[in-house]
Amino acid sequence: MLEHMYFPHDISTFGPQVDWLFLLIFWIVVITWAAVMIAMVVFMFKYRHRPGRKAEYIEGNTRLEIVWTTVTAVIMIALAFMSRSTWAEIKEHGPPGQVFYKVAAKQFNWEITYPGPNGKFDSKALTVENEMHVPVNQVVRIDLTSKDVIHSFFVPNMRLKQDAVPGRTIHVWFEAKEPGQYAIPCAELCGFGHSGMQGTLTVESEADFQKWLKDQYANQ
Amino acid sequence: MSSTAAVAIHGAHGEHHELSFWRTYIFSEDHKMIGRQFLFVALFMMSIGGLMAMLMRLDLAWPDTQFSFLSILPQSLQNDSAITANTYNAEFTMHATIMIFFVVMPILVGCFGNFLIPLMIGARDMAFPKLNMLSFWVSAAAGVIMMASFWVLGGPAAAGWTSYAPMSAVALYTGVDWGQNLWCISLIVLGVGSLMGSINYITTIINMRAKGMYFFRMPLVIWSLFITAILLLLALPVLTTALALLLFDRLGGTHFFLPAGGGEPLLWQHLFWFFGHPEVYIMILPGMGIASELIATFSRKPIFGYRAMAYAMISIAFLSWIVWGHHMFQSGMDPALGTGFMLTTMVIGVPSAIKTFNWLGTLYKGDIHYTAAMLNGLSFVAMFVIGGLSGIFMASTPVDMYIHDTYFIVAHIHYVLFGGSLFAVFGGITYWFPKMFGRMMNEKLGKIHFWITFVAFNCTFFPMHILGMGGHMRRIYNPQQYDFLKPLEPINMFISISAFVLGAAQFLLLANMIWSYFKGEKATENPWHANTLEWSAPSPPGHGNWPGAIPVVYRGPYEYSSPESAEDYLPQWQPPEHATAAAD
Repeated sequence: MLEHMYFPHDISTFGPQVDWLFLLIFWIVVITWAAVMIAMVVFMFKYRHRPGRKAEYIEGNTRLEIVWTTVTAVIMIALAFMSRSTWAEIKEHGPPGQVFYKVAAKQFNWEITYPGPNGKFDSKALTVENEMHVPVNQVVRIDLTSKDVIHSFFVPNMRLKQDAVPGRTIHVWFEAKEPGQYAIPCAELCGFGHSGMQGTLTVESEADFQKWLKDQYANQ
Repeated sequence: MSSTAAVAIHGAHGEHHELSFWRTYIFSEDHKMIGRQFLFVALFMMSIGGLMAMLMRLDLAWPDTQFSFLSILPQSLQNDSAITANTYNAEFTMHATIMIFFVVMPILVGCFGNFLIPLMIGARDMAFPKLNMLSFWVSAAAGVIMMASFWVLGGPAAAGWTSYAPMSAVALYTGVDWGQNLWCISLIVLGVGSLMGSINYITTIINMRAKGMYFFRMPLVIWSLFITAILLLLALPVLTTALALLLFDRLGGTHFFLPAGGGEPLLWQHLFWFFGHPEVYIMILPGMGIASELIATFSRKPIFGYRAMAYAMISIAFLSWIVWGHHMFQSGMDPALGTGFMLTTMVIGVPSAIKTFNWLGTLYKGDIHYTAAMLNGLSFVAMFVIGGLSGIFMASTPVDMYIHDTYFIVAHIHYVLFGGSLFAVFGGITYWFPKMFGRMMNEKLGKIHFWITFVAFNCTFFPMHILGMGGHMRRIYNPQQYDFLKPLEPINMFISISAFVLGAAQFLLLANMIWSYFKGEKATENPWHANTLEWSAPSPPGHGNWPGAIPVVYRGPYEYSSPESAEDYLPQWQPPEHATAAAD
């Protein structure tokens, strides 16, 4: 939706809602900015100093103060309420998960743990560094934590960002709509290796995903 | 305290007696000299902070490239003549730390606060002159400690100016040992200095206003400094506490922020931003005050909605205590809390909008004089509008999820802090230079400096919004490590070149100040035909500020183009023509 504005191509289910809010704020901001700048430039030109003219003695206007305070307050509060539901869906609840992972960040890699063949995170669970494979069109749920400092799990193509905090487990979910390979950079300064810390998210069909998982179990 | 008491206390100083060189220029208790000292130190620190920025931009245009001229820098800033991951982290950490704590705060609060408060409220000096001197020297000591960290083993702090724990709490995580300790110690010491200053400002403004200088006759810049001082008094102890806990974790084996010992990393963020958000307003409110003075004076019109302007600043000050969580939307804090902080953050946009509309109202039907000072004041408004509007994006929690920790944030903060605060500083220096040093600054050079800075500033920081929209993370030294950032490389190159022009243009300001100090046109008492009290004192004012009695205040500060006067200004100290109408 926003690719013509340098945004990475969106592949998540909630991405369009985020982009829509961005675009809404963008137009409010552009119109406000243009109105303020036009007024300012017109005043600056029209009321520039010319010999013999005196400024008009105006101390203010209570009605105007009330109008612009109210209008601004209404727009701002409305924006907060419009953002609320999207936020709640992405970070508070969201749909039930179909695939479950554990991700632990550490200087300077993502440790991704897949459940074992029995679907449990036991001794047969599989841990891979920086390679996250997910099936397309399935809800992925991640328990995110960190082993050392704070990192941030960022998938630009999904508009998703969540800090990974040591001592805490944070639940993250997403659903990828398109197969392909996407970057998972770390977005929070995490030390001298922060620049370059990134994983790859591979979104693939259910069959390809199961095949990859099987190969991984076999190589373990 | 009435003004007569102030005269009695300071009367002895009014009689001219020579102070030694040391008492006049170094260990001065005179608020004007202390203000100048803050200005000189801050300008020196600005050159160091600016150098850090230039090094960062050099690296971002040509990552991992050797430049032989870098070898003159300390080992902590270059590695074999190249900027590497470690040194880059140190550079942006020190850039922000220096610019925030040793440039913007000392100039706005230390320099303008000291110089202007007594002169504009009609006092002979600060309430506690010795404390004032101590405040400067304690702050200077903090600066020396911070500078020393460039030469310790492991280099200076490299955990960002926000120094998020646990990275900042364990030397192993960053490879920085004493650099981070000195960073904490320096800021604790600086906090002590700022507290002394803020107590002084508050006391002076409450107790030492001249006869007739009611609260609602104070110039808006004094209102802004008063509110800023209160914010400083309440916010800095929180930072000091957090820094002390961090230092205990680093040196004393405690675990306040270390989860392994039962500590909580998010505690640091809550403490830091509980200080940090009022801090943001500490750095913009005085800029708003300065811009209000410039725009009213050079539009030759009363400020539009004077009381609304004062109340807007008071509401910003109150709201600034309940918005800190918007820095932590993605931190793992309960998302429901994020919703609450989003609402308060949206609401704090309202008083900022009120101020902008009132500045526009001041220009309306004015008689606008385009001096170099006014150009900077107008630029403050235009840039603050962009910085304020871009803040709405990150106030919305879902949008913030995408742009958080990207260059969009870098663009936003620089539009507010450089486009806002620093343009106000440039305007303020030009406007009050004649009062500070007795000579006018060169207008032509001032305008050249303004235009180059204005264009280069926008070329540097506006494209950063686009980088942020492309997902470009901040605080990475080599964007070429990421495939998805490769298309943005030409923008990075353009930004770097603009930044070099922006940096170089600041030498024009320095040259103008030095040239004007020695050769500038001699200033009269009131060269701008302004209304506020400082313009009734000689340029520069002597010890005790007014050679005779302290002026009496008869009216508000913005009576420009008043129908009561044939001139287009009516100073606060000018008695009304009908003596019976005199203020009680």
